[in-house]
Amino acid sequence: MTTLAHRDRFGIFGGRYVPETLIPALDELDEALDAALRDPAFTAEFDDLLRNYVGRPSPLSTAPHFSTRVAAPVYLKREDLNHTGAHKINNTIGQALLARRMGKRRIIAETGAGQHGVATATICARFGLECVVYMGEEDMRRQELNVFRMRLMGAKVVPVLSGTRTLKDATTEAIRDWVTTVNSSHYIIGSVVGPAPYPRMVKEFQSVIGREARAQMLERAGRLPRTVVACVGGGSNAMGIFTGFVDDPDVELVGVEAAGEGLDSGRHSASLARGTPGVLHGAYSYLLQDAAGQVHPAHSISAGLDYPGVGPEHSNLKDSGRATYVAVSDAEALAGFQLLSRCEGIVPALETAHAIAWVDNQAGRWAADEPVLICISGRGDKDVAQVSALGVAGA
Amino acid sequence: MTPNPITRRFADLRARNRRALVCYLTAGHPDEDRSIELLRGVAAAGADIIEVGIPFSDPLADGPVIQASSQQALAQGMTFDRALALIAKAGVTVPVIIFSYLNPLLAAGPDALKRAAAAGASGVLVTDLPVGADPPREAWLGDSRLAFIRLVAPTTPSDRMAEIAHHGSGFVYLISRLGVTGARAELPPELPDTVARLRAATTLPICVGFGIARPEHAASVARVADGVVVGSALVEAAGRSVDDAIAFTSGIRHGLDATL
Repeated sequence: MTTLAHRDRFGIFGGRYVPETLIPALDELDEALDAALRDPAFTAEFDDLLRNYVGRPSPLSTAPHFSTRVAAPVYLKREDLNHTGAHKINNTIGQALLARRMGKRRIIAETGAGQHGVATATICARFGLECVVYMGEEDMRRQELNVFRMRLMGAKVVPVLSGTRTLKDATTEAIRDWVTTVNSSHYIIGSVVGPAPYPRMVKEFQSVIGREARAQMLERAGRLPRTVVACVGGGSNAMGIFTGFVDDPDVELVGVEAAGEGLDSGRHSASLARGTPGVLHGAYSYLLQDAAGQVHPAHSISAGLDYPGVGPEHSNLKDSGRATYVAVSDAEALAGFQLLSRCEGIVPALETAHAIAWVDNQAGRWAADEPVLICISGRGDKDVAQVSALGVAGA
Repeated sequence: MTPNPITRRFADLRARNRRALVCYLTAGHPDEDRSIELLRGVAAAGADIIEVGIPFSDPLADGPVIQASSQQALAQGMTFDRALALIAKAGVTVPVIIFSYLNPLLAAGPDALKRAAAAGASGVLVTDLPVGADPPREAWLGDSRLAFIRLVAPTTPSDRMAEIAHHGSGFVYLISRLGVTGARAELPPELPDTVARLRAATTLPICVGFGIARPEHAASVARVADGVVVGSALVEAAGRSVDDAIAFTSGIRHGLDATL
């Protein structure tokens, strides 16, 4: 009997809960991934694109004023400086290379904030692949700039009108497309979510963040960080950077979820803090749901964190205690957005601003020689119009 | 142990050289009272088996019609246990299958299947639990008193078809085409070949679903398979009126019987 390999179960989490129609495609993907990772030509092409198209390695910046504020040396892993402005491009390049190996010329993607959609449209333009991006109508309104960028690069952006008209419904709609076009299409999921092998595959392609950051910390700080901090929606930037440090027991891993209007408001996206295990989009993981197993709509000021689920490996890291998950509200994230802009001249994405805000809230938590490493998952250009419309001072 | 009512129903149909008409209805759509009338009316109009859909907030295998019916039912507070109450109240004599996504079924708790059987259900089908995905939960479903209906897709390789059938009971549900549920104008041309591949892999009855919307579809499926499943087209009719749903069911029944 075909059962899932141990590597696609993260403790009790993960799995492959999808319609039967997709099983052969997931098997094919699984085999293609294994073969590609063993193929030096694949890894050489992937590395070359990361270096010469994305601009890797991304820098590790110090943050002198922020460090003074929190009384500990803060280091920033600058995924915002990647081509397209976020970590998302690492994964889309890996998956587009795989799609090409499998002979699939049509690419499907879902997007929330639009960063994954842009990264997918980008690599499809580069490789000459057809690109269809599903995006909730509400998110298209919030992230108009990214909709324009995707269309400029030749992608078809399909508005999703069902449910909450955000990332959850865009993902559901992308899966429906894939069930229909599975023989000719590859679905590039943007985070460490979805059915096996997606969580493992996306982690693999994002692990470059943690690998680089670990080496950079040893070189620049002369030691490993005391704490590694990243925002968590689905959790791909967090998984990418955590992977570099998960085997270092003295390094604390902290994932920051979106508390929206407050954890007790019922309007948040904190699946790990307030969810219960369940099945959504092909995986068993923590999930915002009611007692009857109906998925509860998420809320966050940042479209990229506005998702009721989370990657299954994060659920396992939470239960095992290896990582800690905290939550930061919309208002705190806005403050973090302004803070990093003013004190370091770096405008972070609203998603990333959650990680900034948590570190700022924790001033005094670290000794003066304990470095804190934050993953700056993306830049905030896309969020400027939204923040400005909120009437935030100086924006 | 007495055979499951679904198995008995197929034996009876075979003896009479008839094909099974399997009708899908979303529990609580368009509302609870009419949902009960629909179960009774569709059974009286010739359904051999009724699938009662437990509505789910994120039905990724379903097209627009079943999505909308699910939303409508959820908005009125439909749950797993209210669906069971509705089945018990309808009291139809044809076998009833609980048709669900995994999450609402898990949320209903470890004795959900016992409660379903007590309410009169004879089978269970889970759209997003493919064979091999989760052996402990598959064993929970397979070891219950309910027949465990498994699905085969047009993309399924022949060796996997045998494995799927081996882990199921009652009948095998063959998805006729790629994509989500929803009425279509034509049947896929490769359907007879897919049925033949599946026939070689199992002795269980084969019912074909997804896109069956017209009596002539039922007639052509009847030539190769043991039954048809109608869903979206019936739910659409049910949204208009109970009478439309009954008339639609009769039409499919005639199409199914006409060729035999």
